[in-house]
Amino acid sequence: MKWRQNDSSNEAVLFPMASPQALAAADIARPMRPPGLDQPFVNGAVEGPAGKIPRVSAKLTRRDRWGSIKARWGVGRMHYAVDPGLYALGSPDAGSPVLVTANYKMSFDRLREALPGRNAWILVLNTEGINVWCAAGKGTFGTGELVRCIAASGLKDCVGHRDLIVPQLGAPGVSAHWVRKMSGFTVHYGPIRARDIPAYLDAGRRATPGMRRKTFSLTERAVLIPMELVAALKPTALLVPLLLLVSGLGGRDAFVRNLIHDGLFSLTALLLAILSGAVLSPLLLPWLPGRAFATKGLAVGLAAAVALLSAWGMDLNSGRNLLLGGAWLLMMPGISAFLAMNFTGASTYTSLSGVRREMRWALPLEIGAGLSGLAVLLVSRFF
Amino acid sequence: MVYLKDVVTLEVNRDACTGCGMCLEVCPHAVLALEDRRVRIRNRDACMECGACARNCPVGAVSVAAGVGCAAAVINGLLNRQAPSCGCSIDPKNASAGKVGGCC
Repeated sequence: MKWRQNDSSNEAVLFPMASPQALAAADIARPMRPPGLDQPFVNGAVEGPAGKIPRVSAKLTRRDRWGSIKARWGVGRMHYAVDPGLYALGSPDAGSPVLVTANYKMSFDRLREALPGRNAWILVLNTEGINVWCAAGKGTFGTGELVRCIAASGLKDCVGHRDLIVPQLGAPGVSAHWVRKMSGFTVHYGPIRARDIPAYLDAGRRATPGMRRKTFSLTERAVLIPMELVAALKPTALLVPLLLLVSGLGGRDAFVRNLIHDGLFSLTALLLAILSGAVLSPLLLPWLPGRAFATKGLAVGLAAAVALLSAWGMDLNSGRNLLLGGAWLLMMPGISAFLAMNFTGASTYTSLSGVRREMRWALPLEIGAGLSGLAVLLVSRFF
Repeated sequence: MVYLKDVVTLEVNRDACTGCGMCLEVCPHAVLALEDRRVRIRNRDACMECGACARNCPVGAVSVAAGVGCAAAVINGLLNRQAPSCGCSIDPKNASAGKVGGCC
């Protein structure tokens, strides 16, 4: 769309004035199947000018809630989608507001659950099952898709007005002035949080400054942690048997005794490093030193390593223990820094330029710490 | 919470600005302000380069090299020698993207 890939610098440059028309003209013609009436959360249908429009309720079922929980843990997350198109919340008429959202089921559910007792049209764009903000960043929640969806859904025949309420976090992908030129509909940016929509509507589509600010509170950070853990534990599952095998080999004692002594220590250290980077760093984010996420993760990882070494009561007079401890003193901060750095993608305030700046020093440091720690760990097996 | 200092690419052209206020409305971090009915950068370091302001400025008075501040996406970009891609969705045009798990 308006993103041009610049090969040399890996940068997407945004040209503010460029027209999305070229893409949209071909795209608008793309026909759209109306959303299915057989989806489990659809509880009826309203008669539209061009056929049945699925009706949904603001009340979520146990199945909807369980779906949200599963998605938070990464289960079936890539396919947690609703059919794109027009839905009726309650019994909307020609004067009811039109709310636009993405076809990620969790986005759709957060929107409708925020509107108990209200009648509205919900226009769901096809974002391939991705939430509004991420999809807007990629351009799939964008001007072209919105204009196409307006035309394909027959919205013009359902409402008498020409107003759309688009979530503010959809603005990185949507160009309000182009939507107006191309579809005749006026985009009104609604509040960031769905739960503020009733107050926004009641105030005559006016958002308070607070509704327009994206926060990153403790709760907002905490709900993201399961996903961070799942992502980190997948490669760990492969690493653990290897680590135990290495711990058993070499050394003075028999395989099993080594495994119990050194293997247990290494396993604890690895899990503690993951806990530091994927759980503690996100939770303690605002109170950790530094601005770069890698610095924050490094600090937690280092503290965890020092705590583990002092708590384990290891005899540091033995060369093997000294090397083993040293290996994890290198690896734990490295792993924790890497995982914390990856949390930039889930955070609500990091810029691409900043992440690049941070990664220039952090990535070599993390890889260096990890590899040198691993080397020391291997050397320790010969003592 | 504020991220790194002096890194963002946000620029405003006060001469081109008509003072419509659209950029202020879409910004999730209150980076911009109006001064004498023209846009001004109020808090540069709070900018996350989402690009909402530039995309919604009808006269092109705001520009930013927009992108998603996601380390996994940058790593994927390096691995694939392509623009950052977080691998949160299956991109039909770039099926090899998404080697490193994204987060959004």
